[in-house]
Amino acid sequence: MRARLAAAAAAVVLLPGVVHAQTIAIVGGRVHPVSGPTIENGTVLIRDGKIAAVGASVAVPAGAQRIDATGKVVTPGLVNGSTQVGLVEISSVPSTTDNAARGRDGIAAAFRPWEGLNPRSVLIGPARASGITSAVVMPTGGLISGQGAVIHLLDGLAPEMILRAPVAMVATLGPASGPTGMPRAETMYRLREILDDARVYRTRRADFERAQTRDFAASRLDLEAMLPVLAGTMPLVVNVNQASDIDAAIAVAREYRIKLIISGGAEAWMVADRLASAKIPVLVGAMNNIPESFATLGQRQENAGLLAKAGVPVTLVGNGSMGPDVAFNAGNLRYDAGNAVAYGMDWNAALRAITLTPAETFGVADRVGSLTVGKMADVVIWSGDPFEFASQPERVFVNGVQSTVPTRQDLLENRYKTLPPSYRAP
Amino acid sequence: MLGAVSTPNADPFPSTYRPFASRPTLIRNVTILTAAGPTIRGGSVLLREGKISEVGAAVTPPADAVVIDGSGKYVTPGIIDNHSHIGAGGSPSDQGAQMNDVNEATAPVTAHVWVEHSVWPQDPKFPRSLAGGVTTIQVLPGSANLIGGRSAVLKLVPSRTVQGMKFPGAKYGLKMACGENPKRVYAARGPATRMANVAGYRAAWIQAEGYRRRWDKWSADRKGDPPTRDLGLETLAEVLRGNILVHNHCYRADEMAQMMDIAREFGYRIRSFHHGVEAYKIADLLSRDSISASVWADWGSFKLESVDAVKANMAILNRAGVRTVMHSDDAGGEQRLNQEAAKAMAEGNRIGVPVTEDEAIKWMTIHPAWSLGIDGVTGSIERGKNADVVLWSANPFSVYSRAEKVWIDGAMVFDRLDPSSQWRTDFELGFVPANRGGSQ
Repeated sequence: MRARLAAAAAAVVLLPGVVHAQTIAIVGGRVHPVSGPTIENGTVLIRDGKIAAVGASVAVPAGAQRIDATGKVVTPGLVNGSTQVGLVEISSVPSTTDNAARGRDGIAAAFRPWEGLNPRSVLIGPARASGITSAVVMPTGGLISGQGAVIHLLDGLAPEMILRAPVAMVATLGPASGPTGMPRAETMYRLREILDDARVYRTRRADFERAQTRDFAASRLDLEAMLPVLAGTMPLVVNVNQASDIDAAIAVAREYRIKLIISGGAEAWMVADRLASAKIPVLVGAMNNIPESFATLGQRQENAGLLAKAGVPVTLVGNGSMGPDVAFNAGNLRYDAGNAVAYGMDWNAALRAITLTPAETFGVADRVGSLTVGKMADVVIWSGDPFEFASQPERVFVNGVQSTVPTRQDLLENRYKTLPPSYRAP
Repeated sequence: MLGAVSTPNADPFPSTYRPFASRPTLIRNVTILTAAGPTIRGGSVLLREGKISEVGAAVTPPADAVVIDGSGKYVTPGIIDNHSHIGAGGSPSDQGAQMNDVNEATAPVTAHVWVEHSVWPQDPKFPRSLAGGVTTIQVLPGSANLIGGRSAVLKLVPSRTVQGMKFPGAKYGLKMACGENPKRVYAARGPATRMANVAGYRAAWIQAEGYRRRWDKWSADRKGDPPTRDLGLETLAEVLRGNILVHNHCYRADEMAQMMDIAREFGYRIRSFHHGVEAYKIADLLSRDSISASVWADWGSFKLESVDAVKANMAILNRAGVRTVMHSDDAGGEQRLNQEAAKAMAEGNRIGVPVTEDEAIKWMTIHPAWSLGIDGVTGSIERGKNADVVLWSANPFSVYSRAEKVWIDGAMVFDRLDPSSQWRTDFELGFVPANRGGSQ
């Protein structure tokens, strides 16, 4: 019994993410803190899993592990602002997909997909190895999909990976061809109905428990889940693309004093001034220019750059086929940033759009998103410009710990780099 | 010929494409990735009468030539995507738009369909692919069926008809598909298993053999009535005669090896395996049978047969001497095949299976051209070839590079710096804001 207890205690101590590495000094690199100007030949000091110092003249303490980053680029760990990593393993195999609730009549506000998070997903390692250290995992489907969370891509248990949850409620407005199958105005009145019912529920919980209220359009748990949205403490992410639908979402948000985040936003550039003046964050891709639906006729690759120029808080996400929204390619986010730059976005704005802005938008900027003293030591050392294909993330730290676990893809590549003897015969 | 009597193997929907008007054009002081030899730095390329007439360090332009300074820029052959569905799957694709004409998912063998009859020349995806430096595509039927039908090789030019886009002289392809898709689509009626997939291919080829024999005999002696025509078997017989090239969607290594045996059994060649996420496992077999591998840089985990996808697929195949093709199967990816190739090259270099730019350029030019049987006329910057050429704003393997100008048969068909000249499909007029030129 005593031995088992001791083993259990040892196991707790050995949990990754609980143990912090030694003091590490990354020296000589071009440091992009994101929260401040670029530092040439800068030093990033990591102590106890936190950023201890960042600057051009930081004294390296004796005994610190010194990493020479001369000629290299140092950034905060990237934040993927919308992906399915940890929720979806193989998208065509339902037992491995946990991102979309069945819900009731398109409503699944109480759905908390991170409760199904798979910390052993083989897609987490490749994302982390690509420089992604945090990710916003979003539910999908229906009118109200559920709640999103920010996860931390460390090697550990699911609860350790939750950086913050919930961070947002997710809804979809727009045309009948969308996932809800409802015409635009029906999505609007259904949303209003839920919000109105949640308001009534908020003041009449006791009556509800005694069955002394009228019928509500959603279940108790779904109404309960909507209360922080109504209180303005939880933002509502609205998936919407057409400019007029974005305006409609802005109007509803104003009516109910909801904190709005626009996601998708194919035509957001057309309403950039209104989004900017209302300080509404927008999650957009940078690689879509096909009028794939009537709601995205104005889709263009300059979208992100135009929004950023107008002062909209832009988070770059993948929203294309097999882009960084897909778990397998969550790490491709940096290429979206590069493409955004190719189509007019300022380089620093693009880096911010995959680090600090998503961290701010989802309420985790106190801990991640920039190289700022006191924040978690999520740091990436790149061989060159992080947006370029030829550059590699050479070291990725999460909480000051560099993961050395090979990914499943590494294992396959190593096996087939030279054919194993047992496989020599075809 | 027999006048009113229709005969097989004619060309009933002939190409009406003619090169657009062009002026002699010299691009000079430019880096040229030729796909035929080493990179030429500070070189020149002269386009004249639809052909590449000179390539080299110093070329004297004719007096009437347009001269373009390519300092800091790159020239490559026009990009070729051998796996496209654009036009056949038109945009917008909203429910009810009835624009999805890719999969004839009504029977497991539909060798009788020709995808060109699904192609809508006004699909707004065509000009967007052209703006990505793509000059030629193969449109394929989908992968629902064991045998999906004939492909079409098209030039990306504005036209009112698909005939006006057809690549003159290009052979047809035949789409075949392995694995999950057919067995999923036909689970209720069969094939419901991979073994029934294989039985289905073999049954079709057995029929095709007999059909070919009957027609070849009749064509030789012209005795009696000709055999009854069968559109599907005509296509398959043409494969057996070597006149149609097989493009086989197949993910898993073991299934590819089985398809190679089936090809041997019936005496046809597989020109390319498409998707081939496990092709790296059988690089030696593909090399042995001279089958090209048309793959993605990084698609995987969307179904079980794709979970062994590795980003070094292309690099490992490339090292084994397999003709490696970067394909898209996706309208967005088709616009950025240069970026996809850059990703695959970087992964090879990361894991110590090096890839050079001179190799990677072939993945999206001369190799796909070979897979379509048009490598004799396009796919590289060589004297005498069709002047299908792209001028890039920077190294095409950089994320910041964009196709600046594109020529097809010597005619400039895209100029990023002149939005008013850019191709807009009929559909786009009034529906799509005129802003996408990208030079604002």
